[in-house]
Amino acid sequence: MDPRKEFLRQLRRYQKGSISRRHFLGVTGLGTAVAVMAQAVPGLRPRPAFAGDLGDKVALTSWPNYHDQKDLDAFGDKTGCKVELTVFGSNEEMYAKLKAGGTGWDAFVPTNYTIENYVKDGIIDPLDLAQIPNYDPSQYTDLRFTKPGTIDGKVYAVHKDWGTTGYCVNTKTVTEKMSTWKEFWDLLRTKYSGKATVHDYQLTTIGNALKYYGYSFNSNDEKELGEAEKLLLDAKPHLFGITSDYQPAMRNGDAVLAVAWTGDAKQLHKDLPEIIYVIGKEGGEIWSDFYAIPKEAPNKKAAYALINFLLEPDINKNEVLFHGYPVADKRVLALLPPDMLKDEIMFPAAEALTPLEFGAAATLTNPARAEIMARFKSA
Amino acid sequence: MLGTGAFFFDRIDSLTAETANPKPRPERSRWLTPLLMAPSALWFLFLLVLPLCVVVVYSFGERAQTGGYQAAFTFANYLNLPARLTAFKNTLTLAPAGTLICLLAGYPLAYFLAVKVKPKNRLLLMILVIVPFWTSFLIRTYAWMFILGGRGLPALLEFFGLPHIQMINTQAAVLVGIIYGYLPLMVFPIYVSLEKLDKRLLEASDDLGATPFGTFRQVTLPLSAPGVITGCMLVFILLMGEYLIPQMLGGGKVFFIGNALVDLFLQSLNWPFGSACAMGLVIIMVVTVSVYLKATRGSGQRDVSLM
Repeated sequence: MDPRKEFLRQLRRYQKGSISRRHFLGVTGLGTAVAVMAQAVPGLRPRPAFAGDLGDKVALTSWPNYHDQKDLDAFGDKTGCKVELTVFGSNEEMYAKLKAGGTGWDAFVPTNYTIENYVKDGIIDPLDLAQIPNYDPSQYTDLRFTKPGTIDGKVYAVHKDWGTTGYCVNTKTVTEKMSTWKEFWDLLRTKYSGKATVHDYQLTTIGNALKYYGYSFNSNDEKELGEAEKLLLDAKPHLFGITSDYQPAMRNGDAVLAVAWTGDAKQLHKDLPEIIYVIGKEGGEIWSDFYAIPKEAPNKKAAYALINFLLEPDINKNEVLFHGYPVADKRVLALLPPDMLKDEIMFPAAEALTPLEFGAAATLTNPARAEIMARFKSA
Repeated sequence: MLGTGAFFFDRIDSLTAETANPKPRPERSRWLTPLLMAPSALWFLFLLVLPLCVVVVYSFGERAQTGGYQAAFTFANYLNLPARLTAFKNTLTLAPAGTLICLLAGYPLAYFLAVKVKPKNRLLLMILVIVPFWTSFLIRTYAWMFILGGRGLPALLEFFGLPHIQMINTQAAVLVGIIYGYLPLMVFPIYVSLEKLDKRLLEASDDLGATPFGTFRQVTLPLSAPGVITGCMLVFILLMGEYLIPQMLGGGKVFFIGNALVDLFLQSLNWPFGSACAMGLVIIMVVTVSVYLKATRGSGQRDVSLM
């Protein structure tokens, strides 16, 4: 293939956001660069001549390709309060930044397993739900999505959207009908040796290795982790790569099996229908993103107004059409095109979701798991 | 021949005279120098010395419950360094190897640019060496992912009937990326020192009966030694902290200490152990660089005086 064409295609993919968002930006540090750009570009537009009682700007910190600029502009036009969007590459970076303090963020988008730590460190306060009338827990299809935002009975964060971690299979090469993690780890060590990738992410890689034995995705048990490590070390020579940016390898045909998140799977399937997405029968990860407000937010009033605005069913629908991640709000689901609701990657059958687990804060930051990952990567 | 020799000694004399008796400089305000130094001094203080102090303090601390740093005084992090032995080993083999290959490839290129090329073509060729810098390093490394990936070079070789070889996600791919990325950093310092080289010295050496190789060994090489040393240091120091190339072209399978640091700071939030690893790297770097400088300075001087 012409490398120049390929390069341009990559660039376009990057613009479209097809390249795995968090991890690509996370590992490359591009997140910060994009943040600067995102702040610079809206700044070029003329400011509204008036400023409402929400102040003239509200700072939202989120993920790349996660908000439709039109929706953010609409908020600015309606209230006179301009949304300044900053994007990050990983939850860990976001956490480190908030922990250091002085961010100036008004609202941000944390993932389920970080919320507990934010509360523990006193970084976020319970939300005043009266200011977010569009948040209605009774409208959610599955209360599991909203649960991580509630700690000790207090709502600290409201649900935005969700996704899963499964694996992609290129059915052109892989003829077996795959449905479990056991098959994934067995086939990559035999028939498809050299053609599989796993995440460069402790949480999912160790979690899915634990699933091989049927243990909990979140296990911190020494013996169980030991078995997972044995499996990982055994699989290492058979892996094509340990990377969270697995789309290029899957598109190239270098890899035919890859641990994947919903969004990447959706994008791969859209371009190459032979690539399908499997949620392991044994379970695995389900995740959920939230809106929260830092304790030290300079403009809380605008933050509430913005979150409420983005949760408005009509606006949230636009957001979903833009970012392509599933939501759980029935009012939004009713507005989405029926084709999208039938999409098996975005909206898997309920029974596929039942065995899935939310990643826990303790799992993410367990030093023993970090050491296993380091040994796995350096083996 | 005698004339050239006389010129040669004259020149050496004038050089030594210049360094021995510097021309008297006009009086300056005694505040000017500190004032001019202030920005870089502040830069070093706030962006190098203070952060380094923080790293030292952190490296003796403990990891807090939710990750990060908790004040303590323990050597546990340093005693735990062998847990990242492979990362240190990979860095300490591939960084010198990369530096050496860059030198072997970069020197002839720099020599060609500085000595052989017609002056009117030189600018164009120099620009060609710089051009890659106009695109983000990240995007260029990404391009390599596709060149070395299954549909790139391996597919081309297969087309010509060669067996399929996996190129990407190997140590060799990382080395290719390193050489590609760092070559210009090696070429320019050498080029500058070769460009300053008085070409008449080469003629003189030739006239005095030296073989071309003798001239190269006894005149060109010693006189370009500062460029070689600078280039090697630049490449080696940057390579020791390299993270992006092993991450992207090694597919996470080639683990450098830079990658270990990113994991420790951003994933497991074990800042104290990360700080200890960083200190380990700093110490290794200080030792190797000073040994290298000492060794090269000695040999460089001897060669020059021989001449």
